[in-house]
Amino acid sequence: MGTTQSGILGGRLPLGEYESNFSDLHPPLDKHEALVASDRCYFCHDAPCMTACPTSIDIPLFIRQISTGNPIGSAKTIFDQNILGGMCARVCPTETLCEQACVRNTAEERPVEIGRLQRYATDVAMKENKQFYTRAETSGRRVAIVGAGPAGLAAAHRLAVKGHDVVIYDARPKSGGLNEYGIAAYKSVDDFAQKEVDYVLSIGGIEVKNGQALGRDFTLADLSEQYDAVFLGLGLAGVNALRLEGENAEGVDDAVDFIAALRQSKTKADIPVGRRVVVLGGGMTAVDAAVQAKLLGAEEVTICYRRGKEHMNASEFEQDLAASKGVTIRHWLQPKRIAEKDGKVAGIELEYTTLEDGKLTATGETGIIAADQIFKAIGQSFLGAGLGALQLEGGRIVADAEGRTSLANVWAGGDCVLGGEDLTVSAVAMGRDAAESINRAFAAAAPRASAVA
Amino acid sequence: MADLRNNFVGIKSPNPFWLASAPPTDKAYNVERAFKAGWGGVVWKTLGEEGPPVVNVNGPRYGAIWGADRRLLGLNNIELITDRDLYVNLREMKQVKMNWPDRALIASIMVPCEEEAWKAILPLVEETGADGIELNFGCPHGMSERGMGAAVGQVPEYIEMVVRWCKQYTRMPVITKLTPNITDIRKPARAAKAGGTDAVSLINTINSIVSVDLDNFAPNPTVGGKGTHGGYCGPAVKPIALNMVAEIARDPETYGLPISGIGGITTWRDAAEFLALGAGNVQVCTAAMTYGFKIVQEMISGLSDWMDAKGHRNLDDITGRAVPNVTDWQYLNLNYIAKAKIDQDACIKCGRCHIACEDTSHQAITQFVNGVRHFEVMEDECVGCNLCVNVCPVENCITMEELPVGTIDQRTGKPVDPNYANWTTHPNNPMARQAAE
Repeated sequence: MGTTQSGILGGRLPLGEYESNFSDLHPPLDKHEALVASDRCYFCHDAPCMTACPTSIDIPLFIRQISTGNPIGSAKTIFDQNILGGMCARVCPTETLCEQACVRNTAEERPVEIGRLQRYATDVAMKENKQFYTRAETSGRRVAIVGAGPAGLAAAHRLAVKGHDVVIYDARPKSGGLNEYGIAAYKSVDDFAQKEVDYVLSIGGIEVKNGQALGRDFTLADLSEQYDAVFLGLGLAGVNALRLEGENAEGVDDAVDFIAALRQSKTKADIPVGRRVVVLGGGMTAVDAAVQAKLLGAEEVTICYRRGKEHMNASEFEQDLAASKGVTIRHWLQPKRIAEKDGKVAGIELEYTTLEDGKLTATGETGIIAADQIFKAIGQSFLGAGLGALQLEGGRIVADAEGRTSLANVWAGGDCVLGGEDLTVSAVAMGRDAAESINRAFAAAAPRASAVA
Repeated sequence: MADLRNNFVGIKSPNPFWLASAPPTDKAYNVERAFKAGWGGVVWKTLGEEGPPVVNVNGPRYGAIWGADRRLLGLNNIELITDRDLYVNLREMKQVKMNWPDRALIASIMVPCEEEAWKAILPLVEETGADGIELNFGCPHGMSERGMGAAVGQVPEYIEMVVRWCKQYTRMPVITKLTPNITDIRKPARAAKAGGTDAVSLINTINSIVSVDLDNFAPNPTVGGKGTHGGYCGPAVKPIALNMVAEIARDPETYGLPISGIGGITTWRDAAEFLALGAGNVQVCTAAMTYGFKIVQEMISGLSDWMDAKGHRNLDDITGRAVPNVTDWQYLNLNYIAKAKIDQDACIKCGRCHIACEDTSHQAITQFVNGVRHFEVMEDECVGCNLCVNVCPVENCITMEELPVGTIDQRTGKPVDPNYANWTTHPNNPMARQAAE
């Protein structure tokens, strides 16, 4: 028996409901379903889906390998380009990437299910713990990586393949970055993020030091001194503030913390949620928080976004998902003031907005939504302590196409880089490409004297 | 409404769709169900001579190949003729024929190549009231090892001899079923005609190994670790069957010999194609074994609706209509020129036409135009081969357009010649019958 009481409470639902609410959003394809789905691929020449993939996975080839009963070969095709292909298969907004480019959309408005097929193949290989890569002979080079998220893991794996020794520093107790802490629970069930980390690390030659924060426990200068190269895959550890009256009231929470707590909870019943919840923001984080608040038993969940539907960063699919779970999405509303009672959130006053000459302006008209919990999902920010003289711009690290920063022997990739796309798959591509760049730099430098002559 | 009534060598049935002699027609239970579903006739599963019946394997009898969504494209079988007692079959045939007097019931027969054997069985069959007999000279597996089935069908002299016996010992119409496991299908057809057959039916199944079990390294279906060649049938064999039917239909020596078309017929359209190439009716098996007897309803309505739409009143309006248009390569008009044309509105930009042409044909389709992904035929390179049409996943997106007489063929720089000209008179042909100046 659950509860409909007001306030921020756990256990709103009967116990059994949590499991079904937080089960796999897209259940895996079984073998027959995969064969049927793979048969729909036309094996396009110079395929548009492949071009649309930030990691350039050879999609027609891996799908053909599935259709011919070779999921292992298919997985290798995927991992060759994207060692985190398993997670990307789960979290990629395929509807705006490969599946949007699929020529089947033109023919019948239904693309090949590329994401689910990718998951099928990678699941088969990972279930068998099939390892496709072995390390090259040890190079004697040592690389430090900051951040064990998608960019850092992709870089580490590629560097390890090349024979370099890698040490990853991560501030969190677990590796995986946003894959572990920043993705809705129903997108990554059964502890998949950790299984994937283990799978990636099993190549060998990668040491992970958890609980080690840049700027607190070490600086970039320390790493540059100790290692031949450094890769920064810091992600965005900060959260943007509202800077509003009432922001410190009890019940005003960061959406990313809520999402992280949900991922770390086994039962989900222990995660408290308000009866009436307002989520501020228009991106994936807002949708992930809103949907999961609803799944935890919140009675009313409203996303308030200060611009229109077409401006939302959350994809059409994510918006529809939210709507299907009973989340209300309201547009052209920006927060003005948080109302509190006895130090707790009582509601939020919002102001209508409009575009005037392309500029967002408040109309002056306001309204109040009663709420006992408010989630902030208005963007994450880069926390850059301990970076020394590294060049930043707009609060992000400046790096070139290969990931080279302003400092010698320091590369960067993922969300922390200026121009990053806030996508797991883009972070993987940047990490992988930076690793190749590092490897090229090593090769160009004089060969290192071998310890054993 | 088109008249679908069929009169095949005097055997009448309400429609031209018969079930071929095969597992679906092995006993009264199945045949009754088939007639209830609407089949015009059945050829009862092949009867053997009196005595202990043949035995079948007790492991798998069928193997298959599949297309997308596991759609069955080809089936292969190693089942023999009926393994039931001759008299049980004869009793059931008699009863079924009494129950369904308007349907065709044909007895398929396979007995040793001895006059006495045929002489013995024919009166027994005649007594059932069957409308005709079909001589099984086709089965390529099992029975052929015992000198029957395809072993007879591969020797035209034997065909002629057995047909002659049958015509001598029964008043029933004789349909000779031919095996496709032969180099030139016209030879056995001519032999059957020489023996006096009333009709031929074809094709029987094709010798085949349908697949190999790569774990056991044995052919499928695998029986106790070993496999054998079986008879291949189903949609995949239709093109082979159509050609063989046409070959007999247009052979001057067998021209006009009634043909019952068999081989991969799955839809009304398949049936219409067999009729157009000279078949008087059709026999179906694999489609029924895949989907059940109800498919005949689609065949009947499809054929009827098509005939109505085209103004064909009855089957005679269709039978053989395509035969005059089947010719030898040497008579094809070399002055006919066609070019592929891609409908840009229908194109989904998969690029398959481009890569097929680029890698394997004539480099006549663009991939980019002004830097944009765009597939277009370059007429100065296109030889009109039709490969792009065949590989395009969108129906009617690429079409072959005839170049009108007088227009310049961009590939050769010459105008399209209005005159028919074929290889027999071509200057490059050393055997040309007419000197080229």
